[in-house]
Amino acid sequence: MNTKVRIAGVELKNPVMTASGTFGSGAEYSEFVDLNRLGAVVTKGVSNVPWAGNPTPRIAETYGGMLNAIGLQNPGIDVFIKRDLPFLKQYDTKVVVNVCGKTTEDYCEVVERLSEEEVDLLEINISCPNVKEGGIAFGQDARAVEAITKEIKRYAKQPVIMKLSPNVTSISDMAKAAQAGGADALSLINTLTGMKIDIEKRTFALANKTGGLSGPAVKPIAVRMVYEAANAVTIPIIGMGGIVTAEDAIEFIMAGAAAVSVGTANFFHPTATVEVADGIEQYMRRHGVEEVGELIGCVK
Amino acid sequence: MADKWKGSAEIIEQKQIAEDIYSIWLQADFIAKTAVPGQFVSVYCKEGSRLLPRPISICETDRERGRLRMVYRVVGKGTEEFSAYLSGDTLEIMGPLGNGYTLKEKKTCLIGGGIGIPPLLELAKRLQGKKEIVLGYRSGKEMFLKEEFERYGTVWVATEDGSAGIKGNVLDAVQKEQLEAEVIYACGPTPMLRAVQSYAKEQGIEAQISLEERMACGIGACLACVCQSKERDEHTHVHKKRICKEGPVFYAEEVDLG
Repeated sequence: MNTKVRIAGVELKNPVMTASGTFGSGAEYSEFVDLNRLGAVVTKGVSNVPWAGNPTPRIAETYGGMLNAIGLQNPGIDVFIKRDLPFLKQYDTKVVVNVCGKTTEDYCEVVERLSEEEVDLLEINISCPNVKEGGIAFGQDARAVEAITKEIKRYAKQPVIMKLSPNVTSISDMAKAAQAGGADALSLINTLTGMKIDIEKRTFALANKTGGLSGPAVKPIAVRMVYEAANAVTIPIIGMGGIVTAEDAIEFIMAGAAAVSVGTANFFHPTATVEVADGIEQYMRRHGVEEVGELIGCVK
Repeated sequence: MADKWKGSAEIIEQKQIAEDIYSIWLQADFIAKTAVPGQFVSVYCKEGSRLLPRPISICETDRERGRLRMVYRVVGKGTEEFSAYLSGDTLEIMGPLGNGYTLKEKKTCLIGGGIGIPPLLELAKRLQGKKEIVLGYRSGKEMFLKEEFERYGTVWVATEDGSAGIKGNVLDAVQKEQLEAEVIYACGPTPMLRAVQSYAKEQGIEAQISLEERMACGIGACLACVCQSKERDEHTHVHKKRICKEGPVFYAEEVDLG
């Protein structure tokens, strides 16, 4: 049985990755999860300088999901390279660095700084709904998606995954634009913009007013979007959005994802990632599937 | 797992001790044996639509029998769910989490407001030396844990409506009774902590305060529960410490409560 998958020439031991922002840089979860068992760890977004993030409250629970507006708080690329990257390099897993920025130059600066580092893949966050500049501003217009992808590709030494926003009219158009810009892979979905109101306090539940919805509640939307994107492009897709179990992950794979990321589930089930990896193997055994690749996009 | 335990804990006993306030004892050997006062546990709902764990402070521990007590207020659907469980049922929990109070062998004053009172009980139990304990409630009707605190020190009560103890807040009680201390330990709503913070600064005494914020992961990964810190935080270098990890207990001068 072979659980290996390839994303832009990088071989992952299994298709299970972590979703950016839900797993730190792995340190907090290494107490619960053997990181060696993951296909890849995707880091929290890293910017050129430290970002302080949004005011609190930054999260609110919703039915079967949660809203977050963390605002990409992170220590910046210097600390990341000095502290977080060496931590991850101790493990036999692929390292995917999620990159965020306010301007194209910011993104390119981080990408360039990472060019000499032992990083397997770059994931470019052009889809964060919780920051005023950058983030989603680059991800809601097909021309902007293509332009920033092209620019980043000029600086990137590692293969580039563009992380797409679901807050668009046509995910296929965005997927095609990223591919046209030279993206090596896509990941989707980032969170859906939402809002919750505290009716007792007559105020917004989040200080940022709006936040990104994630968790099981968004899964059907994510599966549909992965399916649409997979049918629009030829580059591999990393599927995510509400994955808690192996069954969830397999839905994404069958819809066309070459790999999957476990996100919000880490918050309430810290061992979710390895359980998804185990569950995929069990499914393969139960159904006599030799190669996980046989399942990718098998539902047409 | 190194310093935390996550699993299913059997409920030994649960009872309501005041309006909306419940006391629950759980069999959780590892947590009971390793927890220090001021730490908390994440409690998970069984109802699948409620994803996130509820952070609940540890009220006391029985190290010999490996038991852990939480006293919590029903504030929403999650805590309402917990309150319905009976002895013999189980609760999924993880802990102990966060950094607790640092015990000092000095003259101390423990100040608790509302549902900030419970974590001070184990602290009162373990602190040596003279203790003044100030408990603030909305009213005399909703007093809880008062008798239990009386075993460990002199207890002063303040109520908002004056129906028990001193009419006013906990700081009014401290000032009216001219309570003296070398170290203040406090837990309660932010306005109370803000008052404790400025009182301690005026008096030039040490204060350790326990903060609260909405949390998701409870282990320092999601960065939901940050507070404004005077020093750069170790994790992201932006003056935002994680309440679940570096906290919930901070020295008063460490944090900016706005």
